Amino acid sequence: MNALTPPVRVQPAWLAQAASAFLSRYDGLRARLPGDAVAREAGAELFRHHGLPGMRDEAWHYTSLRPIAETRFSEPLTPVADCAALMARLPSLDAPRLVFVDGRFRDDLSVVPPLTAVRVGAPTFGGLARPERDRMVALNTMLAEDGASIDVPAGTDGGLLVLASLGAGSPERPVAFHPRHAVRVGAGASLTLFDVSVGEGVYLHNPVFEITLEEGATLTHLRLQDESQAAFHVSTLYADVAAGGTYDSFALTLGGRLARMEVHARLGGESASAHLNAAQLLDGIQHADFTTVVTHDAPHCASRQTVKNVLAGRSRGVFQGKIEVARGAQKTDGYQMNQALLLSADAEIDCKPELEIFADDVKCSHGATVGELDAEQLFYLRSRGIGAVEARSILVRAFLAEALDLVSYARTREALEAAIATRWEGLEA
Amino acid sequence: MLEIKGLTAAIYGKAILHGIDLVVPTGEVHAIMGPNGSGKSTLSYVLSGRDGYEVTGGTATLDGRDLLSMEPEERAAAGLFLAFQYPVELPGVGNANFLRTALNALRRARGEAELDAVQFLKLARAEAKRLAMPDDMLKRNVNVGFSGGEKKRNEVLQMAILKPRLAILDETDSGLDIDALKIVADGVNAQRGPAFSALVITHYQRLLDHIVPDRVHVLAAGRIVKSGGPELAHELEADGYAGVVADAA
Repeated sequence: MNALTPPVRVQPAWLAQAASAFLSRYDGLRARLPGDAVAREAGAELFRHHGLPGMRDEAWHYTSLRPIAETRFSEPLTPVADCAALMARLPSLDAPRLVFVDGRFRDDLSVVPPLTAVRVGAPTFGGLARPERDRMVALNTMLAEDGASIDVPAGTDGGLLVLASLGAGSPERPVAFHPRHAVRVGAGASLTLFDVSVGEGVYLHNPVFEITLEEGATLTHLRLQDESQAAFHVSTLYADVAAGGTYDSFALTLGGRLARMEVHARLGGESASAHLNAAQLLDGIQHADFTTVVTHDAPHCASRQTVKNVLAGRSRGVFQGKIEVARGAQKTDGYQMNQALLLSADAEIDCKPELEIFADDVKCSHGATVGELDAEQLFYLRSRGIGAVEARSILVRAFLAEALDLVSYARTREALEAAIATRWEGLEA
Repeated sequence: MLEIKGLTAAIYGKAILHGIDLVVPTGEVHAIMGPNGSGKSTLSYVLSGRDGYEVTGGTATLDGRDLLSMEPEERAAAGLFLAFQYPVELPGVGNANFLRTALNALRRARGEAELDAVQFLKLARAEAKRLAMPDDMLKRNVNVGFSGGEKKRNEVLQMAILKPRLAILDETDSGLDIDALKIVADGVNAQRGPAFSALVITHYQRLLDHIVPDRVHVLAAGRIVKSGGPELAHELEADGYAGVVADAA
């Protein structure tokens, strides 16, 4: 390459066309979009410049957005009147809930929590997101219409709060929505956030979360991605954890034709910790990607990841896990384990662990295993009278149990187990 | 009643059983003894339907029903139980849940009502107590972290709860000390009665001092070469297999 020529990023035509469709949507809507117009325009400028991520981008090597790029999205019709069927798919947790339909807050379906301060009606653009690097976040910034801003005051217990996304598109009229959520848990405060996405038909749900945990704060974040099997889900989450704080998350992926959860957790103060546990149960042509970057930016921090994949049919699972340890982050304790159970010869797992360590006194480990259902175990169960279908189901749930058992709060764990059971029955049928 | 006629079987194309003829009438306990490699475990796996074992001829029926055409779970429903020589560990599966799932699957197959968790635990605790098993073995994952003796006791516990018509005990005595051996033997003897029969596969006569069989069969090179009363086990203990096998040849 000629040294005088600036690098030109050449994108495939289908990707560029999809990006320009989102841009013209922005041009048509911009005057009506609520919230910080300056931050939004900056996001739009970045998106105009960078476009959508392609497979030449290292972070997107295993996940192609082509099915999204080839879909022509319309604007969500407002309001979606009948949400009863979708509401019924939410786990029955007796707790306050913030419900968004096609990305817009629905007061009539929500129960606002008594103590936690909640603002809705406009996106909240915080300082954690990196739209200059993360292109789907630039897209979100450009088109975000709504979102929840959740603030737990210092020293209080915010209890359990449900944040639900209901998506409704049709194959003839797919919709795209880009909610922008912000969560702040004040010093010494705590919150359990059960974040659930369900839907029907074809749509793109592209949420961004910016989560700030102040000193000694704890956020337990349970995430259930149970989107329509024809939908697209791409979420990006940033968590910044101050000294003594804990971001304890478990993400369960069951839905979506093409899905990606990307998490950037920064441990910014001493003795902060992050648990980024996950499970994916996929079938058919589903593709789901769990991508994490944990940055240890202070001494004595711990990060833990147990990620389990159960892959049937022609499904494909991706796990990319990066642990970055900054120069001063001595006594870092990082652990990462990715395990996959392949239920068919056509299923595939791609696993990419990465350690980038600049401190010299750290403990970091990672591991990965891939296997099939154990024939001995199946025979043992069947020899006791348990039918083949039930025996498989027992072993799959046992495989997932190691990750699910990390969800300490019984009510939320049971909700996740119930979602797995329902999905599994669908698979076996 | 278990009836085996001319049973031949192979694994990976290699013939292991060369024509087994055996009848275990209901209510009787028979022992199968034999040197290593004689086909004892193959016989137990063929009867219970494990993959990889190819039946090349002959028949096996339990109470007149053709075992060999059934799936493993159907054989269990027909009343067959195999106590494994090497019980399998099931991480992530609780022992009590596993046992209740199995029992209810069998009860469904027999047209009986399923047991709820409370009814089941009452039954399981009583049986565990008879086998001197602590209650916490019901809470632990199936066979995970169990000692060799605990695993064998767990097999006998399963048998006691599932109440088979015919139990095959595949070297259940291996790895047991004398106290555990007695407990396991008592567990088996407790099942004996007019509706229960057992095939006790063992290398040593020791177990048969505690589970006294009605008949003893010697298996060698894939055939039953000698049958007799319980005294045959003592003969084998005194003279070894070599003499018996040579006599038969």
